Amino acid sequence: MKIDRRSFLSLGIGVAAGTAFSPLPWKLMDDVSIWTQNWPWTPVPAKGESTWVNSVCTLCPGSCGISVRKVDDRGVKIEGMKDHPVNQGGICSLGLAGLQLLYSPDRVKTPLKRAGKRGEGKWVSISWDQAISEVAGKLKELITGGQAHTVAGITGGGPNTLSRLFKRFLTAYGSPNFFNIPSIDDSYRLALQMMNGATPDATVGLDLENTDFILSFGCGLLDGWGSPVHMFKTNTAWRKTQARVIQIEPRLSRTAAKAYQWIPITPGSEGALALGIANVLITESLYRKDFVDNYTSGFEGVVNASGELQKGFKQHVLDNFSPKAVSELTGLDPAAITLLAREFAKAKAPIALFGRGQGKLPGSMDEALAIHALNMLMGAINQKGGIYALPTPDSQTWPVVPPDAVADSGVKEPRLDGASSDAYSRLNQLPPAVLSGKPYPLNALLVMEANPLYTMSNSKAVQEAFDKIPLVVSFSSFMDETAQNSDLILPNHIYLERQEDAPLPAGFSKPVISLSKAVFKPLHNTQHAGDTLILLAKGLGGSVAETLPWKDFEACLKQAMGDKMEPLQKTGYWVNTGAVFPDGKTTFTTPSGKFEFASSAFCPGFTPVKIEGDASYPLLLIPYDTMRLASGYAANPPFDTKILEETILLHQDGLIEINPKTAQSMGLSENDRVLLQTPRGQANVLIHLEEGIMPGVIALPRGLGHTAYDAYIAGKGVNLNGLTGPVADPISGLDAAWGIKAKLSKA
Amino acid sequence: MSNSDDRTQTVSGKAAEASSTDKPDGSSRGIIVLCFCIGLVVSLVFGWVVFPKLLYSRKQQPIDFNHNLHAGLVSNGCESCHFLRDDGTYSGTPKLAQCIDCHQDVQGNSPEEAKFVEQYVKKGIEVPWLVYARQPDCVFFSHAAHVKAAKMDCVTCHGDIGDSEHLKVYEQNRISGYSRDVEGASLIGFKKHTWDRMKMDDCSECHQKQKAVMGSVQTQKEGCFVCHK
Ligand code: SF4
Repeated sequence: MKIDRRSFLSLGIGVAAGTAFSPLPWKLMDDVSIWTQNWPWTPVPAKGESTWVNSVCTLCPGSCGISVRKVDDRGVKIEGMKDHPVNQGGICSLGLAGLQLLYSPDRVKTPLKRAGKRGEGKWVSISWDQAISEVAGKLKELITGGQAHTVAGITGGGPNTLSRLFKRFLTAYGSPNFFNIPSIDDSYRLALQMMNGATPDATVGLDLENTDFILSFGCGLLDGWGSPVHMFKTNTAWRKTQARVIQIEPRLSRTAAKAYQWIPITPGSEGALALGIANVLITESLYRKDFVDNYTSGFEGVVNASGELQKGFKQHVLDNFSPKAVSELTGLDPAAITLLAREFAKAKAPIALFGRGQGKLPGSMDEALAIHALNMLMGAINQKGGIYALPTPDSQTWPVVPPDAVADSGVKEPRLDGASSDAYSRLNQLPPAVLSGKPYPLNALLVMEANPLYTMSNSKAVQEAFDKIPLVVSFSSFMDETAQNSDLILPNHIYLERQEDAPLPAGFSKPVISLSKAVFKPLHNTQHAGDTLILLAKGLGGSVAETLPWKDFEACLKQAMGDKMEPLQKTGYWVNTGAVFPDGKTTFTTPSGKFEFASSAFCPGFTPVKIEGDASYPLLLIPYDTMRLASGYAANPPFDTKILEETILLHQDGLIEINPKTAQSMGLSENDRVLLQTPRGQANVLIHLEEGIMPGVIALPRGLGHTAYDAYIAGKGVNLNGLTGPVADPISGLDAAWGIKAKLSKA
Repeated sequence: MSNSDDRTQTVSGKAAEASSTDKPDGSSRGIIVLCFCIGLVVSLVFGWVVFPKLLYSRKQQPIDFNHNLHAGLVSNGCESCHFLRDDGTYSGTPKLAQCIDCHQDVQGNSPEEAKFVEQYVKKGIEVPWLVYARQPDCVFFSHAAHVKAAKMDCVTCHGDIGDSEHLKVYEQNRISGYSRDVEGASLIGFKKHTWDRMKMDDCSECHQKQKAVMGSVQTQKEGCFVCHK
């Protein structure tokens, strides 16, 4: 008996035959195919009960109502809340991707204390008790040294209760240095205060639904201006009513592309164009004479301080802003200016709006006043389809506690930004003050719901100023640039984890307050910043603790909201439907008791903003905003970065828009790598040829070039703020810059 | 000539050698057949007996739940615990919240109940039940459509688990990750009852037989996306 090759072959055939007649191959084939349809590493939401929780999105000042879909405790989707007065079911791509912020692996998950050098990214986790006692200890030391006024606080929360509590904390502590992140909202409030006698805390109301002609001086109405989703809804309504949007800006933005007419003009000449239109309205008697004669002053003449009669608005405009003169400033044909003015006057309810892009910067006050003068000429003040000063809902019924001696003398010290109050924070003036140490050095900075190190222009100077501040405390749960450069992080819950009021979205016609709620139990060891402030106050003791007497922020919020709390908790929002808009004819607080075109203190004119850069910089660099890039406190979640066009971000490189003619004259073509230089900095960018931008002008988007947050957004593109710098407005002291001179060279 | 004879001899010698290997004798043929049979039998035994054992891992449920006992105590049959939510979604295996109404403390003297109360209720931990009927994630199945609209009985798909006193071993396919109850106990697809297997063919078999709606209730359209969303 011999076992040979044949035996083996036959064994193999036997095995093959046996296997074929067993379930093994067929079952394996089936299982493997099922396995390939259900890759175990594909994320699938857990099974469970699905619920919807209503809340409000506070990722931008829009304050949209949201409905969050949860499966058990896991959030799976955010949608717009169907019947919310602000957004009526709509939502933007940032709001939609909010869950990626909640579940981001890079959130600050527990209080942190810096271990290495500032900005090095080395931290040790500490307990909340230690965090509170460390900050309270440092603040106490400053009080003892008579330095309470050398503490500053920055918040980006707008006029909500948390911001007010923060301000109250600083005031009780003895610091005059409370800062809001400035925006176009400041310019609107100031314009309304100067010309219409509104109080500084009033909110600008715009009855945009009822307008039929919108003269937009660069406002990104569909690019995130005002309450973004509300503006989208309004735009849809305009389509139905055939209202006309006239978009005036040097670049074909999305708003311009969808407008009735796009008028590109020389950047920075918007104010001049407004006065040119005013000139035509006056010359051709197209303005609302009844309104101007009866309810305004300063039109015909102004009596100055020494009792002499001076030229009024009318004469000033007639003398200096003829269409021909304006044509030279704006680059528009005089006939086009006249035509535009006639169209504006022909409309039933025209309105003129200012605030470039998303209105991130306050801009020139002269320009704001000139544009608002058009509303005055057409009587669009406190009228249907017009502009209103809405009173802040009377909610802040907090007890008055007399300050102690330290606080009393501390708040009397001058503010670091040179402003007389915090009504209009000149945040742009803070870095130079810190760098010069005048009028006094800044010893501690508390930053809440803001990321100034990224969002403020002239990044280099801001960074240097930060380096000089001995103690920086961040309340952020995002590892943003500011948090990364702080000494202590006391992380707040993120917006989906906390209860908070979101008052009056920008540019809405009725007083609305929304209430965000804790849709999710806090995922990490974070704490509501309101609770943190109350604990800090307790740690400081004395009158600070007495001024913040609440058990927790919820109690404080309840007291602040008063009887609005119940409807707020029930429906998520409160609308003052019975709000009678302040009757313009009776509630003036201007010196003349009327709406003022001009006074002894001001007259709308055209003073070009002194844009930085000499003749060696032949181009003008302007920023632009897009709905797909978050450029405020929140940075882009991965989803939003994914949907960015390749004309904005190509892999890791940012693109700069340039007119093909300009590019050709410089020998540049699409996707060429170039070095972009401005007086404030330089960066490598790629060229994107774009017919829709005026020759000689180049544009970069806001919201890229992060160095922090997470790997999904850091290191992508260029931070525009590193290339630009602030220009202080002569009237408001706020940042009036709209661009900077620049040059490009092949990299 | 001698030369040619020599050559013939050599050739025939080779032929003889060759034919001795090509045509096996009786004993080597036997070995070949034997080898074939061994191969056949071994692989058949492996394929039918060993392979199924290897393919499935056997897991015990965390708690040996007595369906029979509970079914006698509740008023609404299976739906008392396995209910449809208000929005029509199916609640699946009960959560702790449903059990603790009765089992806040140990009720009887079953060691399984004691284990349940001590290890899960007291600690507030959900029981990680192994779900025999869990379908792949690519399958969309609505209990409401079948139980409410078509008035089907639970037993049709789930068998008589409601009458069981002990929970059976959960057999999990090591490759696909799914329960043997979904794939069918028989590896060749043999089935006696409607509940013996819960694969796509079984769905369509019933739909065909019942001439039931073959498409989406909403759109009345047929197609893959009715069940595979
Ligand atoms: S517009 Fe603003 S508030 Fe509204 S969803 Fe988007 S980010 Fe949120």
